[in-house]
Amino acid sequence: MQITWAYISNYFVYSAMGIFAISFIAHAFETAWAVRAPEQSDNKTGSILTKTLDYTRTERAARIATAMMILGFLLLLCGVIARGISAKHVPWGNMYEFSITGALAFTGAYLLALRKHDLRWLGLFVSISVLLTLGTAITLLYRDSSPLVPALKSTWLVIHVIAAIISGGVFLLANVIAGAYLYLDAMESKGERKPWAKRLPDLETLDQLSYRLVAFVFPLWTFAVIAGAIWAESAWGRYWGWDPKETWAFITWVAYAAYLHARVTIGWRGKRAAWLCLFAGSTFLFNYVYVNVWGTGKHTYSGL
Amino acid sequence: MTTEATLPELGATGLLRFMWRQLTSMRTALILLMMLGVAAIPGSFLPQRSQNPMAVRQYYLDSPELARWIERFSGFTVYSSPWFSAIYILLFISLIGCVLPRTFEHFQAMRAMPPLTPRNLSRMESFQQFAGDGTELTKAQNWFKKERFRVRNAEGSISAEKGYLRETGNLLFHLSLILILIGVSVGSLFGMRGEAIVNKGERFISLPTSYDNLSFGKLVKADSLQPFIIEVIDFVAKYDPVTNAAQDYTATVRVTNPGETTSTIETLKVNSPLTFGNTRVYLQANGYSPIVTVRDSTGQVALQGPIPFLPQDGNLRSIGSIKVPDADPQLGFVASFYPTFAREGGEGGISVFPEALDPKLLFSIWEGDLGLDSGIPQSVYRIDTSKMKRIALESLKPGESYAYPQGSIKFETFVPWINLQIVDDPGKSYALYGAIAAILGLLASLFGRRRRIWIRITSTGVVEVAGLAKNGAPGLAAEIERFVTHVRKEM
Ligand code: HEM
Repeated sequence: MQITWAYISNYFVYSAMGIFAISFIAHAFETAWAVRAPEQSDNKTGSILTKTLDYTRTERAARIATAMMILGFLLLLCGVIARGISAKHVPWGNMYEFSITGALAFTGAYLLALRKHDLRWLGLFVSISVLLTLGTAITLLYRDSSPLVPALKSTWLVIHVIAAIISGGVFLLANVIAGAYLYLDAMESKGERKPWAKRLPDLETLDQLSYRLVAFVFPLWTFAVIAGAIWAESAWGRYWGWDPKETWAFITWVAYAAYLHARVTIGWRGKRAAWLCLFAGSTFLFNYVYVNVWGTGKHTYSGL
Repeated sequence: MTTEATLPELGATGLLRFMWRQLTSMRTALILLMMLGVAAIPGSFLPQRSQNPMAVRQYYLDSPELARWIERFSGFTVYSSPWFSAIYILLFISLIGCVLPRTFEHFQAMRAMPPLTPRNLSRMESFQQFAGDGTELTKAQNWFKKERFRVRNAEGSISAEKGYLRETGNLLFHLSLILILIGVSVGSLFGMRGEAIVNKGERFISLPTSYDNLSFGKLVKADSLQPFIIEVIDFVAKYDPVTNAAQDYTATVRVTNPGETTSTIETLKVNSPLTFGNTRVYLQANGYSPIVTVRDSTGQVALQGPIPFLPQDGNLRSIGSIKVPDADPQLGFVASFYPTFAREGGEGGISVFPEALDPKLLFSIWEGDLGLDSGIPQSVYRIDTSKMKRIALESLKPGESYAYPQGSIKFETFVPWINLQIVDDPGKSYALYGAIAAILGLLASLFGRRRRIWIRITSTGVVEVAGLAKNGAPGLAAEIERFVTHVRKEM
């Protein structure tokens, strides 16, 4: 019974990867088409039309790409749920499970943000990041599903991990946007944007967007850290012990607090803010990779 | 010469005031916050004595010179080091010095009326004007009341303000950081923490001498322990047969509360500690205690009882020592316990499963000086065999005995032990309340929007409306739209 659900979960994850791959190709297609939309000469007058982007040609590819992204999200959701059923606990027992759930949260954050803002241009980065995450998870991190070790059996684990994974997904999205900001900023400082990049939002919008995302999840991240402390108190008898994972969660928290202060109280914008955002996000990634894989301490549940 | 004359006199108080102002400036606070983040990093790479004393000892063995240098900078005790403490104490002071005055200011501002309507509204955001019929101010007054704006009426105009929650939330957040710091300090100054290994079937009485290690905060009296009694009736550990991972630990204990004579049976699990007032008891670790009987050559019992062994891996291969100081010459057994023994690897064997399916006790017997009188504290799990001579090497199953010229040893059976962690942290509820308040304050401060709306009827009967959003908060235009619609509605 357990084995069957684990297999079902794997099939879902594999199919999701296939669908994300299609989504990636469609996004790439859309971007490439935009590149090739050249200056056209009007047949009748012979004058050059300066419209370099022909949205009608790429609209269909963009829609396919987004539809595939949604389908991939749903398949991955099924995969994560099936994994949970197979292991009889929330699927956050080892690093494979963290990774597929994290990829789910990341895609979810993108799709949610997509409802409010035109972010389809980001889909190229999102789909390739999710593909890489899932690929690494299934090849390097895969472990048979197994019951939780006693310390992980707690309602606070569920709450803490949901909050941490969602925060992580949004932090990474903010990072991708800050990265896009820096890239486009460098491009603009050399002159005009390349044709394909013209469809991307202007720098001001990107700058605001990555700030909004961080401001939106910072309370959630604070909550995740606190929920972790409550859980640690009930499992280990201390709510804070400067274990490497706790230490880096604190560092991430400080880094984002600095980012918010830099923006709100000192008024940093643009390049400096984007770098600070990238730095804060990298402390989060570092915590995930370093502490799970090489670290010691009570939090090393990667199963590697 | 001349420059000296032009410098203003900076006396001692002036200097102090200058330093205080520097310390409590927000820039300093932020720098201190950053420094705290950076200072936390080394402790995540170097082993910390509070978490993993074994790893620190290993570090000393591997590179003693480097280890001494690291020690000089408190590298193995980063989070209690002088420099780490200095940073957070300064941050603490800086935070108080800068947040408290702001709180008073804020409460004064909250009681004050919104500022008067500016003379020239057309410079403000969302300015609009339209012809009115004279009832607009009343309607505006109603709307502001319904939307809970604070208003200030003046001749022919109203200024209204809303969104103080943002600043309130911001102050609440920063104040609650102070509360968290207070909670942490109270915990470390007035708290207590101890550990004890208890064999199944034994009683633990909470007295200072019963603890394997016990430490008190700087400001507690050392005898202020909760006097409870815990008897370990049973302990069951379940393991996954495929992955060997632990699935469940359950200890059944009989608990006698302080000052009571009756006792209750309770279940102690990893995520559900026992509570005695402020003191909580956690199930922290478990292992095995082989029960052995050692006799001398005349058959007299020299030592008998369960001896806790220290687990070395996930399959609970455990090491321990059996010391017989009363024998002459002294005897020592350097022993290993294998819950499920398999012959593999170089050193005698391994354990392949954490449950005791095929238990075995391996030991070497040493004769000579155990070194117990040397004054150097010794590990109960190890024997310093440098002044001893090995006389035998043997392995036993439960129930088997082995005789050697100086006597005999019988491996009777074994029992599980559990490690109780006993913690009293009187500061943790402050930290928790602080944390909850911090999140609420953060939400209010990040999502609150402070804005002003003005309305004026000019002498010619034209109605002017305008607004101002602090921190560029979004949504003002839409709000003013709703306001104007209401004001222009027929009565
Ligand atoms: C003396 C010390 C500090 C002062 C004077 C200070 C002051 C401020 C001010 C003025 C704001 C902006 C509020 C607004 O404009 O609406 C703010 C926001 C904030 N502060 Fe501090 N702060 C201090 C220390 C800290 C510390 C130690 C932290 C810890 C992480 C922190 C975390 C935050 C956060 C998360 C925000 C929210 C940012 C936002 O509104 O977008 N602050 N602080």
